[in-house]
Amino acid sequence: MKKLFLSLTLILGFLVYIFLAAPAPQAPAVSDNKRQPSDLPPENQPPEQNSSANSNSSRNSVVQKPLQKYKDGAYIGDVADAYYGNVQVKAVIQGGQIISVQFLQYPSDRRTSIQINSEAMPILKTEAIQAQSAKVDIVSGATQTSGAFQESLGSALAQAKN
Amino acid sequence: MKESQVLMGMPIVAEILDPEAVPEALKKVFSYFRHVDEKFSVYKSGSEITRINQGKIAGPELSEEMKEVFALAQNTKEQTDGYFDIRTPGGFYDPSGLVKGWAIRNAARILRKDGFKNFYVDAGGDIQFFGKNQENKKWSAGIKNPFDSQEIVKIVYLSTEGIATSGTYIRGQHIYNPRNPDRPISEIVSLTVIGPDVYEADRFATAAFAMGRRGINFLESFPGLEGYLIDRQGIATMTSGFEQYTNINHA
Repeated sequence: MKKLFLSLTLILGFLVYIFLAAPAPQAPAVSDNKRQPSDLPPENQPPEQNSSANSNSSRNSVVQKPLQKYKDGAYIGDVADAYYGNVQVKAVIQGGQIISVQFLQYPSDRRTSIQINSEAMPILKTEAIQAQSAKVDIVSGATQTSGAFQESLGSALAQAKN
Repeated sequence: MKESQVLMGMPIVAEILDPEAVPEALKKVFSYFRHVDEKFSVYKSGSEITRINQGKIAGPELSEEMKEVFALAQNTKEQTDGYFDIRTPGGFYDPSGLVKGWAIRNAARILRKDGFKNFYVDAGGDIQFFGKNQENKKWSAGIKNPFDSQEIVKIVYLSTEGIATSGTYIRGQHIYNPRNPDRPISEIVSLTVIGPDVYEADRFATAAFAMGRRGINFLESFPGLEGYLIDRQGIATMTSGFEQYTNINHA
């Protein structure tokens, strides 16, 4: 259970990081939210004499409302397949901020004794396979059919005969 | 001293380097494999496993060795979340995915008990090593190229470890994903496992192969096992502790 709790905490922390770690462009959005009320002219101020009736609205449209990176609403993520089970979350955004994350699917208690590293799993190294020319004592490969082997062994033994 | 025989439907090779090696020592090994074949072969009409599958014997009537293998199979099934299962999609029991490594390990124990220190036992490409090779160095094992059986694509150096390779490139689809038995495992073609002994390597090679590509992640998370997976494009993925075995001087 401890390991499950740790895994869930990591997943939650990761999600929180994604939604809250604000890249540079988003910063103005936060401050603009604060600035916006002061950009608008006070409601009770009389319109300027030499401006048209639409001047206030055109002035308002010049002040661009900053785009929220995330639209408000409830979102259900794809089912993610950790090899020991599925993970699926539902995130609710309000005011551009994550206000709740709910697990719809998470790995059920495992009866196995598989141990998971408490740190994130490392990215595994890959390579294109390459023929090796060095000699080896023995070869490991998928099992050969006995028919093919007998044929091959037969001819090898025939050569080995004194 | 070296001997080869075809038993259990596969080539079995045993080689002892100790100077005290005598033919009787190897005879013991092969007679043991014959005994295992008689008991566990699903292709033999009189074998114990065939009689179990025919419903002729069950439960307490099983031999001690059969009970042991069934218990080990159940243990392996739990440890691999069901990906290892000796019960086939057809409903019959086929313990060969476990018996092979188990038998090789037992054969190696026979040699150890007889006092031999430098040898290997190889059944169908699954190998248990002990001691050192002819040059007094770690044994060198090549991993066969799944696309060209004349080539090897990786060399590892082992001492007392076991190595096993699962693959579908020779016998075709004989490993099933128990969660989806009708869907062939096609995206990977070979998975080699190095474990503390060949029994561990073999059972997990079978289970991990049934998981497809994720098998390598399973091996990564399991302490004591290292793996080298080859996919159908010829791209290999290795666990983080695998590469140390490619160095002859590793600890």
